[in-house]
Amino acid sequence: MIDLAEIWPPVRLTLELAGVTTVVLLAVGTPIAWWLARSRAPWKEAVAAVVALPLVLPPTVLGFYLLLMLGPDGPGGWIAPLFGGRSLAFTFEGLVIGSVLYSMPFVVQPIRNAFAAVGDRPLEVAATLRASPWDAFWTVAVPLARPGFVTGAVLGFAHTVGEFGVVLMIGGNIPGETKVLSVAIYDYVETLQWTQAHVLAAGMLVFAFTVILAMMLLEKRIGRPRP
Amino acid sequence: MTPPDAPDGATIDAAFTGRLGQFQLDVGFQVPMRGITALFGPSGCGKTTILRCMAGLQRLPGRLALGAETWQDCGRGVFLQPHRRPVGYVFQEASLFDHLSVRRNLTYGARRARDGDGGAALDFGQVVELLGIGALLDRAPAALSGGERQRVAVGRALLSRPRLLLMDEPLSALDRSTKDEILPYLEALHDSLAIPIIYVSHDISEVARLADRIVVLARGRVVTEGPVAAILERLDLHPAMGRFEAGVVLTVRVVRHDAEFYLTHLEHAGQELVMPMTDAAPGSDIRLRIRARDVSLATERPTGISIRNILSGTVAEIVEEPDTAFAETLVDIGGARIRSRVTRASVAELGLEVGKPVYALIKSITFERRNLITRAPREG
Repeated sequence: MIDLAEIWPPVRLTLELAGVTTVVLLAVGTPIAWWLARSRAPWKEAVAAVVALPLVLPPTVLGFYLLLMLGPDGPGGWIAPLFGGRSLAFTFEGLVIGSVLYSMPFVVQPIRNAFAAVGDRPLEVAATLRASPWDAFWTVAVPLARPGFVTGAVLGFAHTVGEFGVVLMIGGNIPGETKVLSVAIYDYVETLQWTQAHVLAAGMLVFAFTVILAMMLLEKRIGRPRP
Repeated sequence: MTPPDAPDGATIDAAFTGRLGQFQLDVGFQVPMRGITALFGPSGCGKTTILRCMAGLQRLPGRLALGAETWQDCGRGVFLQPHRRPVGYVFQEASLFDHLSVRRNLTYGARRARDGDGGAALDFGQVVELLGIGALLDRAPAALSGGERQRVAVGRALLSRPRLLLMDEPLSALDRSTKDEILPYLEALHDSLAIPIIYVSHDISEVARLADRIVVLARGRVVTEGPVAAILERLDLHPAMGRFEAGVVLTVRVVRHDAEFYLTHLEHAGQELVMPMTDAAPGSDIRLRIRARDVSLATERPTGISIRNILSGTVAEIVEEPDTAFAETLVDIGGARIRSRVTRASVAELGLEVGKPVYALIKSITFERRNLITRAPREG
């Protein structure tokens, strides 16, 4: 009754997208979070606001601008040739860029808070023990901020899995290329394929519950870095 | 464990000037590259700021040199980053890395110390033994008591091969009994290390017990500096030193122990003192702290009195405190001096004046174990 070969590709694509996005988010979001937590620049809250924009912006608005930016004639058009394409719109890479921007606040905020909670003291201690700032960042700040990284990674991954509007705007609906889970569910409903929609929707429900539960348990186990 | 001593005459030369919010710091001092130097003064006098500047954690205009080596010199644009300075820093709170075991806390600095630093290469086992933390190595910092944490923090600083140890009120966050638990370890440090220690404290009994020299600070300035004994007998340092704990240190020789009454007999300049029995060996020198408020004066040797320590001497100095009932007096006893706090009425009634022979009555209770240093005093 249910054709797994039909359901599997969007699931796999979604997991790939969320996985790649999470890795990129951690790589890009960590330095931003660090800067936001430690800088005394007066305009840092403005930067924080830009990072947090996707929280309040309709995803379609973000997607619309991205579509313009990433198109061959847009200001971001130069990025596409780097990946060997004409345009990033309607590609997997384009989806990653959109997802990274869209999920950024969910990763940056917890990591920023965790860095702020670590405070100056452990880094000063590390400096008096001969650790360079780079060394202290990796051996003291990051391990102490680990709960923030776990939360950020889980939220970033889960949020990407569930995104719809941005994907639809810049990714479209190309099977195997940009047709992710949430779009697939929408398609099934549109075409009145209720069973398939049920399977995917129920799967998402279980997934979301598992993620939240796992995160709560993890947080409890790791505990706060400082009493 | 004994690194080569610093060349004679080498000094730590520090001067910092700058404004921090409402607070103006303007200090300069020169201390020997050996022994313990206390930065002493009331809260908010700039002690901690000076220490942070010495470690490079805070940057104020000034200069800092260790012997021939310059760590900071504003005039020449020299400022060594904190992680390039071979200092060990013990913070007020132990500040252990909670994500590392005690063992890995201890080795964190040791693994990063560079051979070229020239600091004392202390053996891991010796430091662990010196501080009595062998049983704690595989525990998490969160599972330690306050005293244990602070001992680990001291060990961690020592193992980073420092050439200068900076201690910022390492005992102030601890209760009395935990302090007493740690003080002997700090004394042991003093005896076995050739690393100079700058020790920040506002507790005069701690300073009297540990330090060789004192730099007295008040409101961001140096009031005076010098050897501990000389500073403690100054009568003019009240505002900085505090009244209640004012007193002197006296170096005495252990003569014998009296097991029947559980007393130790001491000798100072031909006069005898007794105190509750200690474990100091006969023939060794110990340092006593005698508070001014525990010393009474008499013009004749009293009889029929329970006080056992009565020393004869002559009045060396009297400072009456205007608008109070009290006068601070200094009594010369065989070259050493004891402070006594008496009422101005007594001064008048007994006719006390400089040069007058008196008897100083010391309550035995002042010779508490914690006010003792069981070692020969060093040249400041």
